[in-house]
Amino acid sequence: MVRLILARLAVLIPTFVGVTIIAFAFIRLLPGDPIQLLSGERVMSPERHAEVMHDLGYDRPLIVQYGSYLGGLVTGDFGSSVVTKRPVLQDFLTLFPATLELSLAAMLIAVTIGIPAGVLAAVKRGSILDQAVMSVALIGYSMPIFWWGLLLIIFFSGYLGWTPVSGRISLVYFFPPVTGFMLIDSLLSGEKGAFASAVSHLILPAIVLGTIPLAVIARQTRSAMLEVLGEDYVRTARAKGLPPLLVVGVHALRNAMVPVVTTIGLQAGYLLAGAILTETIFSWPGIGKWMVDSVFKRDYPVIQGGLVLIAITIMMVNLLVDVLYGLINPRIRHG
Amino acid sequence: MNKTALLIGAACLGLGLATAAEAKNLIYCSEASPEGFDPGLYTSGTTFDAAGRTVYNRLVEFKHGSTEIEPGLAASWDVSDDGTEYTFHLRPDVKFQTTDFFTPTRTFTADDVVFSFERQLKADNPWNKYVEGAAWEYSDGMGFPDLIKSVEKVDDLTVKFVLNRPEAPFLADLGMDFASILSKEYADQLKAAGTPELMNQQPLGTGPFTFVAYQPDAQIRYTAHPDYWAGKQPIDNLIFAITTDASVRAQKLKAGECHIMPYPNAADVASLKEDPNLQVLEQEGLNIAYLAYNTMQKPFDDVRVRKALNMAINKQAIVDAVFQGAATPAINPIPPTMWSYNKDIADDSYDPEAAKKLLADAGAADLSMKIWAMPVSRPYMLNARRAAELMQADFAAVGVTAEIVTYEWGEYLSRSKETDRDGAVMLGWTGDNGDPDNFLDTLLGCDAVGGNNRAQWCNQEFDDLVSKAKVTSDQAERTQLYEQAQVVFKREAPWATLDHSVQYMPMSKKVTGFHQDPLGVHRFDGVDIAE
Amino acid sequence: MADGHDPNGSVAPAVGEVPRRAGLVEFWFYFGESRGAVAGLVVFGLLVAIAILAPLIAPFPPSEQFRDALLVPPPWAGGDRPEFFLGTDPVGRDILSRLIFGARFSLFIGTVVVVVALVGGITIGLIAGYVGGWVEAIIMRLMDILLALPSLLLALVLVTILGPGLENAMIAIAIVLQPHFVRLTRAAVITERRKDYVTATRLIGAGPLRLMLITILPNCMAPLIVQATLSFSNAILDAAALGFLGMGAQPPTPEWGTMLAEAREFILRAWWVVTFPGLAILITVLAINLIGDGLRDALDPKLRRS
Repeated sequence: MVRLILARLAVLIPTFVGVTIIAFAFIRLLPGDPIQLLSGERVMSPERHAEVMHDLGYDRPLIVQYGSYLGGLVTGDFGSSVVTKRPVLQDFLTLFPATLELSLAAMLIAVTIGIPAGVLAAVKRGSILDQAVMSVALIGYSMPIFWWGLLLIIFFSGYLGWTPVSGRISLVYFFPPVTGFMLIDSLLSGEKGAFASAVSHLILPAIVLGTIPLAVIARQTRSAMLEVLGEDYVRTARAKGLPPLLVVGVHALRNAMVPVVTTIGLQAGYLLAGAILTETIFSWPGIGKWMVDSVFKRDYPVIQGGLVLIAITIMMVNLLVDVLYGLINPRIRHG
Repeated sequence: MNKTALLIGAACLGLGLATAAEAKNLIYCSEASPEGFDPGLYTSGTTFDAAGRTVYNRLVEFKHGSTEIEPGLAASWDVSDDGTEYTFHLRPDVKFQTTDFFTPTRTFTADDVVFSFERQLKADNPWNKYVEGAAWEYSDGMGFPDLIKSVEKVDDLTVKFVLNRPEAPFLADLGMDFASILSKEYADQLKAAGTPELMNQQPLGTGPFTFVAYQPDAQIRYTAHPDYWAGKQPIDNLIFAITTDASVRAQKLKAGECHIMPYPNAADVASLKEDPNLQVLEQEGLNIAYLAYNTMQKPFDDVRVRKALNMAINKQAIVDAVFQGAATPAINPIPPTMWSYNKDIADDSYDPEAAKKLLADAGAADLSMKIWAMPVSRPYMLNARRAAELMQADFAAVGVTAEIVTYEWGEYLSRSKETDRDGAVMLGWTGDNGDPDNFLDTLLGCDAVGGNNRAQWCNQEFDDLVSKAKVTSDQAERTQLYEQAQVVFKREAPWATLDHSVQYMPMSKKVTGFHQDPLGVHRFDGVDIAE
Repeated sequence: MADGHDPNGSVAPAVGEVPRRAGLVEFWFYFGESRGAVAGLVVFGLLVAIAILAPLIAPFPPSEQFRDALLVPPPWAGGDRPEFFLGTDPVGRDILSRLIFGARFSLFIGTVVVVVALVGGITIGLIAGYVGGWVEAIIMRLMDILLALPSLLLALVLVTILGPGLENAMIAIAIVLQPHFVRLTRAAVITERRKDYVTATRLIGAGPLRLMLITILPNCMAPLIVQATLSFSNAILDAAALGFLGMGAQPPTPEWGTMLAEAREFILRAWWVVTFPGLAILITVLAINLIGDGLRDALDPKLRRS
């Protein structure tokens, strides 16, 4: 097991270096400059501009800049934002829990609804139920989620007034971020109603972000189940007269889960991409919104550091999925 | 990270968790995260709202809802006869805020004033480069390093500013956010601890509100400064709920999740006004949106071409489609609410036929040109692309083919400055200090060609008038000079003046004491909320 | 979003041999069996017809501004202007006409992106699979890097570098969708290369180019076709998302995502400017995904059997 992880990590190193090069190169190619943006309509003198560029080290040769950037990375220094002057890593660590919480909630919705729906559709193959589930899944999976989010806001927040419009918790509550997860922090704070408030803020964005994974998981579960249900050992189990629930629930589902787990893992990249849109629509203070804002502000160090940190996150999730896959599928472990 | 968390935690305990029922909270749905908390470093209104007007004071302050100056940290001042020496007599016993990151041992003195200015003026000051890439843009932009010869402490409560030349708008400049007064004692403590960058993250001043905590992209918390020199504020906690989307802000306001919001969508104003729980304040903003021709480029060097295009633009259509009526078509380069606005000037009439004829006379009948549209929404022009589309259609009606171009905002700003720029550029301005000089000389003076003067327009007659007004101290005389300058401007038409927008401020009916500020900042001192 | 839309992830779908002549009949039979796929094909055909005939069927030119009719609701929802069936936008343009012309852009985006990504991906994949060695290693590492970043974020940064606009958005999306094709092609080539018929052809003396293009490629088309359909719908969604973030097609282009972005400020005031462009995107993507499902089922004997 450990050897497997180490081997995978070794493969990741060149990818990681590649990501840093690409992130670094991207930034140098971006038109416009953040210093100009900071002054807005007010014109900065060319001398002052040159001075600031020099202070920030943007006038050094590229290779020197890359070297010092890479040197910084190794020591955990991702640079500081040109705009806020705060360290990139500090902001990432502050904002990441918000994205993680949202993603986990979205995944929870996707898994708890998607897997049973997929199983049901497979077992009742060809029935109206199957068709209904698959139709809804296909619509969900074709959804432009930015539009979907707007519709839900109009309906649930605007028309019905059931859910808050944006943010992570009602501002009546204020407590220090201990874990960064609002659901946990609200419980830790001991303030009455805080947890309910956090849940009500989380629900709509989580639904929006979870829509596509839900559809994908439902479809994947259905086809994996269909495949497994056709296998000899399931037929045998059935023929032996085992209760259908046992056959489906234990024998079939367990084996069908192998590709489903992979699918879930592969959604990590999607969740971060989806978070860009979801967080923008719901003013969710996470890294998706942070990255979009930084792109618009041309905040080089943040875009650069953010890309690298996000890539690391995704690579780690993929590694985790590989390991999990190995655990539930013994064939891989031996092979 | 851990440090911040601890600090915020400590702040909470310090407050005794007085956030619940008994405390009066005012929630402001702000439009963006502040860039930082040192107002000297930045130029955006968002940052000024979050730091300049809450945590800090200045020597002089603008009166609520006006551009008039009143005493701030300086109780009074004298100006020498030649207009180059300003002596400020400071207010005694002004207390700095006490927080868990700093406990002041002394009251406000001249040392704090000298420190606050010298860090911006002198490159060798240890605080001049306390964060990477610090650029004191406003101080630079107002010409302070050249203008101010020295800032001297006369005694603990007296400070003298010596200028290199007389400057009529100087006092008004001192009311601007970049001239906020910081605590030298706090600065020394940060320096000693090796964390000077915290000055930009945990601000501390003499202002009406004490900074408590900032969660990026989420919220900023303040409490009322209990020992504020002008008395404690009526509200206990001030909360900025950062909400970037205007429709979402409006939704939150309607749902009672916040009490005040800035910059509503023009489209939402009507429904906000209808809401029985809300009131909507409105005020003409101190701003202008314009389309600047490049007067150095053929055929726009011909005044007839510029006039003809001005006559082809249907400004009312822009006001209707972009602002839903919440703006006034602009005639002069300064807004009507500003002193010295020349009411006698008539606008070029909207007359496509006459425009066509004038273009033919100038030999530019089948002109094709570029219209530059800003990629961002600004208070003076909410949707530049939409306005550009309207102008494109208007120009087509007089036989002019217009292509709409846009660049990334920073790129847009720097490329539009170039004197060989191709096309007419849409841009605008919001007043800094309420002085006409801040529009007329800043945007149209000969010195600003290749910079703020996007029309690249240097007219000697105009320039002489505004330069003279700058060094004149008599207001009546200045008024006359500026009125004359506007006549020259209209005759020469370097810009198509587009609009002055109306600023709306929707808020709960429970909110009292809020005054809209013509300079576009949002102040919460004096604001109360009924339970 | 690409990652999310492929139900098999980037694992190569286990797809059988592509139907040749005789198989084609069988293929149509199975494709036609799926009502969804047929419905998708019909809707898609309609969209193509609408896009081609846009100037004939649209009531108004897409950029014509009716200054006396700003934000008029649809006539069946309280509007007083029956000529604007889906209402008008903030500068008085007919939304129906804009949507009709918008179909051209979405289909164009999908086609161009898929062609570019497919051709590029196949070429690179063939080279990687056939040449092998360090060339393959470098190419595959590069693809790993591209896949290690969320596709929309990558597209956003790319389009920022290239400058906002429709063409640049298409290039950016094609680049981020490409790695899927590269991986599929390479995997298929490696499997095929070992098979007897390839060895046989090589022994006859066929050159590498002929071997790659004429012998191997047709035999790995099936997964590529399925992936291409998926990419088509992803391209439309991603282009719309970029338009929504203000980085795609620029106004006054009646691209659906851009229309949606322009309409965003009206979500409280004028629901029709927000609703219809999104609906148009959903319907188009849905039709293409239905076709994609049908194709996969028809091309994949394993699924067919079950």
